[in-house]
Amino acid sequence: MSRSAAATEAYLAAHQALASMLPAAGTPWLDHRRSSARDQFRELGFPTLRDEQWKYTNVRSIIRQAFTLPPAESGWMDKGQVDAAAVPGMDTYRLVFADGILVPQLSRCDDLPKGVTVTGLADMLRTDPGRLEGELGELLGEPTHGFNAMNSAFVCDGAFVEIGPGVVVDRPIELLFISATGGEGRLALPRNLVLLRAGSQATLHERYVSASPARCLTSAVSEVLIEDDAKLHLERLQEESERSFHIGGLFAEVGRNACFTTNAVTLGGALVRNDLVVNLNEEGAEARLNGLYVVGGRQHVDNHTQVFHNSPRTTSHERYKGILNGHARAVFRGHIRVQPDAQQTDAVQNNHNLLLSPDAEVDTMPQLEIYADDVKCAHGASVGQLDKDAIFYLRSRGVAEAEARHMLTRGFMADVLDELEPLPLRQYLQHRIDRLMSAAREAT
Amino acid sequence: MLTIHNLKVRVDGKTILNGLDLEVRPGEVHAIMGPNGSGKSTLANVIAGRDGYEVTSGTITYQGRDLLGLAPEERARQGVFLAFQYPVEIPGVANVYLLKEALNAVRTSRGESELDAMDFLKRVREKLQLLEMKEEFLYRSVNEGFSGGEKKRNEIFQMAILEPKLAILDETDSGLDIDALKVVANGINALRSPDRGIVLVTHYQRLLDYVVPDHVHVLAGGQVVRSGNRSLAVELEERGYGWIENHAADAVRAEAG
Repeated sequence: MSRSAAATEAYLAAHQALASMLPAAGTPWLDHRRSSARDQFRELGFPTLRDEQWKYTNVRSIIRQAFTLPPAESGWMDKGQVDAAAVPGMDTYRLVFADGILVPQLSRCDDLPKGVTVTGLADMLRTDPGRLEGELGELLGEPTHGFNAMNSAFVCDGAFVEIGPGVVVDRPIELLFISATGGEGRLALPRNLVLLRAGSQATLHERYVSASPARCLTSAVSEVLIEDDAKLHLERLQEESERSFHIGGLFAEVGRNACFTTNAVTLGGALVRNDLVVNLNEEGAEARLNGLYVVGGRQHVDNHTQVFHNSPRTTSHERYKGILNGHARAVFRGHIRVQPDAQQTDAVQNNHNLLLSPDAEVDTMPQLEIYADDVKCAHGASVGQLDKDAIFYLRSRGVAEAEARHMLTRGFMADVLDELEPLPLRQYLQHRIDRLMSAAREAT
Repeated sequence: MLTIHNLKVRVDGKTILNGLDLEVRPGEVHAIMGPNGSGKSTLANVIAGRDGYEVTSGTITYQGRDLLGLAPEERARQGVFLAFQYPVEIPGVANVYLLKEALNAVRTSRGESELDAMDFLKRVREKLQLLEMKEEFLYRSVNEGFSGGEKKRNEIFQMAILEPKLAILDETDSGLDIDALKVVANGINALRSPDRGIVLVTHYQRLLDYVVPDHVHVLAGGQVVRSGNRSLAVELEERGYGWIENHAADAVRAEAG
C-alpha cells in the first residue's frame, strides 16, 4: 500500500469509529452527505505530485503522521491565549474554537444585531438541522481533493453565520481558530457556513493561530454565499506556528450586484495551501481577491485561486503578493474562466513576488481561459528582488541601507495591506510582519 | 567645502572621468556643462556615492573629510544632496513618510532632536508653497505616476526640506516646460545662501537664465576643459559644443604626443 493510501485508510478507520457520534448523526440528509464524502475521500485519497493541481506542493510531510481529532470534551479554556491573539483596538463579535471545536465560554456574541446568527455549526446541526439542509455542502460541490472530502466526511464543528436581508453588521465577526491546544498530532476540521442574505453587509475575520508549537493539521472548509446586493469583506489570516500544517478552502458564490472582498494573509505554517473558488453567478457580481504571504525559513505556501465569470458584466480584481526569506517556497496558480455568455467581463489578475534571499523560490502560474469575445482581461506575474536604484535613492536621502530595504519591502505590500478592514487589523498585521522581517534579517 | 582633485573614474571598465579638478566654496553656484557622454552625470553620481563607479585615482574632499570613504547615507547626513536626473518611483512609500525619515536621519546625525509633528508639518507646508505643490502630493507614493516635471519638482522640494550644505542637481532642467522651469529655478534660488554650495549639472544653458551661476565649467573627455563665468555659458549656447570637443581632442593628442 502506498503511503498516501495508508494514510487515507487510517482516517477512514477513525471515521468509522466516530461516525455515529458526530453531531446530528442520524439526520438522513446529513448522513448521506457525510457518507458520500467518505466515499469520495476513499476514491481521491491525498493528492500527490502527479496531480496537476498539486504539482509543486508535496503533502508527504502531512501524511507521514496520523493526526487525530480532539476528544469530545477537551476542556481547553485558556482565556490568556484568546486575549493574546486579540487585535488591539478592535471590537468584534467572536467565536473561539479549540482545534476546530467551539468553546462557548470564550466566545462573545450575546449582543448581536437583530437578524444576525453567529453560532457553532455543531450546535446548529443538533438544534435545527433543517436550516442547513440544502445549504451545507452546496457551494463546495464535489470535493476536488482528499482534504476537502475528509472535512466533509466528518463535518463536526465550525461557524454558522447568517446575516438577514438588509442587515448591516456594525462590527467585524471574528472566527478565532486556535490549534495545537492539546499537544502533538491534533487534527482540526473547521467547517464554516456563511450566508449573506440579499442586501446585507458584514466583515468577517477567519483567523488561525496556534496555542503551542506542537505539530498539528488544520483542514478547513468555508462556504460563503453572498446574495444579491450584499457585501462581504472576509479576511483570512493564517498565523499558526511554523510547525503546523494548514489546508484551507474557501468556496464563494456572488449574486447580482453583490460584492465580495477577501484578503488571504499567510504568515505562519510549515506547509499552507489556500484554495479559493469564486463563482460570479449573476450580472454585476464583483470580487476583489487579494493575498499576501510573508514567509521564511522552510515555509511552503501555495495559493490556488479559481474565478468563474458565469454571467455578463461581472468583475474580478485579483492581486496576490509574496515576500520570501530564507529557503521559503511559494506557489501561485490563478485561474480565471470567462464563460461564453459572460460578455463585458472585467478581470484582472496579478501575482508579484519579492525574493529577499537567494535560496527562496516561487512558481507562479496565471491562467486565463476566455470563451466570450467582448471582455477586458489582463494578468501579470513577476518575481524579483528589491530595486537597487530605489535603495540608492533612499540612501542618498540619508536613510540607512537596512531601513531603506525595510521601507521598500513595506511599500511593496502596502497596496494589499491597505485593503484589510478595519484599520486596527492593518496595523496589527503591519506590526507582526515588521517583527517577522526583523527576525528574518537577524537569521541571515 | 568640496575639493575634487585629479579624479579618474571607470564605469564598466571604461574611463569616464579622466583627471577632473573642481573647487566649490560655500555660497557659490557652479554650473557644469558639457556634451552628452562628457561625464557630467558620472561626476554627480560619484559625489553621491552610487555603486558601479570605480574611482581609480584622485580625491574628493568635503568639509575636510574624504568623501569617498563614506556610505551614501553618511554623505547625505553630512549635508550632501543629489537631485536625480531620473528620480526613482517607489510604490507604497508615501512622500511624507520618506521626508520624515530622511529629515530625522539628517537631524539625528547632527545631534539635533527629531522635529515634532507640528514643526515638521509647518516646514513641509512652507516648502510646498515654495514649489507650488498641493498638499495631497504628500500622501502619494514617492514619484509614482508623476510626470517628468513633477518628479523634478519633487527633487527640489526634498532638497528644500533637507537643507543640504552641498547640492548637486543632475540635469534638473531637462524635460521641464518653461513654467515648471521657472518654479524649479525659484526653488533653487531660494536655497542660495552664504553657507551652501550648489552644483548645477546641465546640458543647456536655459536654466542658467534663471539661476545665475558664479562659475561655469565645461566638461569634455572627462576633464574640465574650460572654466569661466556666466558668459562662457552664453558662448556655448551660441557656438555649440563642437569647438570645445575639438579643443579637448587636441589636448589629449598633445598629452599623448
